[in-house]
Amino acid sequence: MYEFLTGFMFWLALGVCLIGMAVRTILYFKGLQWNLDRVAYKAYPVQGFKGAIRSIYKWILPFGTHGWRKQPFMTVMFFSFHIGAVVVPLFLLAHNLFLKEQLGFSLITINGGVADFLSWLVIITLIFIILRRLALPEVRILTNWYDYLIILISAAPFITGLLARYEVGNYSFWLLAHIISGELLLFAIPFTKLSHIFLFFASRAQLGMDYGIKRGGLKGTVMDW
Amino acid sequence: MPEGIFCNKKPIETQEELTALLGDTSGTQYYKEMKELDVDTKLLWTTIQNTCKSRIRTWLEICAHCGMCADSCFLYLVNDRDPKQVPAYKIQSTLGEIVKRKGNVDNEFMLMAMETAWAKCTCCNRCGMYCPHGIDMGIMFGYLRGLLYQQGFVPWELKIGAGMHRVYRAQMDVSEEEFVETFQWMVEENEEEYPGLTVPVDVENADIMYTVNAREVKHYPEDLAEAAILFHAAGENWTIPSKGWEQTSLAMFAGDWAACKMQVENVYAAMERLKPKRMVGTECGHAHRATVVEGPYWAGRQDGRPPVECIHYIEWLAEALREGKLKIDPERRIKVPVTLQDSCNYVRNHGLRETAREILSYIVEPGYYREMSPNREHNFCCGGGGGFNGIGLFRPQRNKGLITKRDQIIATGAELVIAPCHNCWDAIRDLEEEFEIGIKWSFLKPLVISMLELPDHMKPEE
Repeated sequence: MYEFLTGFMFWLALGVCLIGMAVRTILYFKGLQWNLDRVAYKAYPVQGFKGAIRSIYKWILPFGTHGWRKQPFMTVMFFSFHIGAVVVPLFLLAHNLFLKEQLGFSLITINGGVADFLSWLVIITLIFIILRRLALPEVRILTNWYDYLIILISAAPFITGLLARYEVGNYSFWLLAHIISGELLLFAIPFTKLSHIFLFFASRAQLGMDYGIKRGGLKGTVMDW
Repeated sequence: MPEGIFCNKKPIETQEELTALLGDTSGTQYYKEMKELDVDTKLLWTTIQNTCKSRIRTWLEICAHCGMCADSCFLYLVNDRDPKQVPAYKIQSTLGEIVKRKGNVDNEFMLMAMETAWAKCTCCNRCGMYCPHGIDMGIMFGYLRGLLYQQGFVPWELKIGAGMHRVYRAQMDVSEEEFVETFQWMVEENEEEYPGLTVPVDVENADIMYTVNAREVKHYPEDLAEAAILFHAAGENWTIPSKGWEQTSLAMFAGDWAACKMQVENVYAAMERLKPKRMVGTECGHAHRATVVEGPYWAGRQDGRPPVECIHYIEWLAEALREGKLKIDPERRIKVPVTLQDSCNYVRNHGLRETAREILSYIVEPGYYREMSPNREHNFCCGGGGGFNGIGLFRPQRNKGLITKRDQIIATGAELVIAPCHNCWDAIRDLEEEFEIGIKWSFLKPLVISMLELPDHMKPEE
């Protein structure tokens, strides 16, 4: 079982995720049409590129935009969650040992204490994000079961990972649950809202190009995000 | 009942149809018929498949339902934070649903979508600046308006407005002759005070081709005279086209893209015919957006630019003051607390955020200028944008929408609001009428003329 999950299934999940997202990202950009979107993307590649980079950069900077500054609670929750959700899976020592074994190379790693802290951060911030969804009428009205499913899919690898790490009950059981939930997450990325892991950059780039070209960029105005 | 006599899927194409529809006072029968109007679901879905591509589809899909757009919307804020006014909710419950149901929606749904598209969004595009994913709901509402227009679900005034553009190539029933005659008449009226004042018509290769808003011709002809006076005082080599003089586009508010194309091509044809160095448009926001920002795309111009360089009136005015073509008498500068209304259509949507401020630095006595908060590209819509001002059916919602601007103005303590945009100007006039907060409002032209140091050749003979 373990062999199968860490062998075939792992490669399948990773492949589906990466290939799926590559396809989606390519289709996204191919689907941008200058006449329908009313943005002359191809006529001004330099201005478009600059606008795109700036639009992404400003929004991945904590408190980098008016929007983030306006909602400090959400900003802290959002960035804490996303930093943990990106850093732990990529740079956890155990994941990289596995990677080394499978591929012969590994990424830089974070120490155990940092990994524990970030994993707990993910869980705690997700709880706050759920509470925010329940508490604020303007968020509640938008929320449906699908949003909770996405949260569940995202949280499961962290919950099971922590349970395995602290060896609560049966270690092997939690380890298997962790691997399955992690692979489920990879499978889900291209087919759900989790595609935003890649499409966030695409969508931000698009609006950045819009502002960089049409909405003031050609006039030399740098958008104050 | 499928198609009504007035309310149907067919755009207005003739003067007779226009007169008939105008005869249906306040659209009484029009809206009655709309309640029975069938939805061509097949057409709706085909149109979506052909025109709703990755940008909008991705926006609809990846919206994280985080609600961060809520506070960015003045209609949400002013309607006691009604969750149904959250931009993401408004677009997901209309366009989002139509796409999800593959166009399978009924009359009742379309009526709800129409109210949402025209009475709960002014397409000010502010929400797009506050969404982490860069989802611009204003753009999606513009798109939705197009779908609704195609199905005949469009407010009465905007069906007429789009029809006006189709019939007259102007937002009102102003013919080419009437335009030129009115301009000439207004110039004659002012000749005595400003010797040598003329209005050059259809002059080729001029430095400036001037275009206007038809309501200036119809209701505010003094605006035409003011434009002539300022060009004359600045010693500009300018002209007006007898054809292609209308810069506005109610068709854009209506979502009648075919009419948008007809309208803007008429103006571009004038540019190609007269070959001016530049086009200057009047103090209007949506006119600039329609002819200069969006127009090139409707006309199929791949470089996204009109045939000649086009600038907004404030760009010309700032330049004329900066270069000393127009001189201000410092004694007559504005000496009351004054604020500026940033128009969404050329500030947020075309980056002209400092231009009007430069003008004010010349015409306002230091110490009297007050910024609104927020301002520049973060400013709120005047409350009447996107056609909201003109729709009788949604007047109560519009009046409520004015409260944001009212409070922003009150907070500045200004007695005078400068609004270099027809829509903003109207909204601010209406909010003064509605709430009586004791302010005055003005375009830039009359203010600048009142403090102009006339060059010798323009001084009236003693």
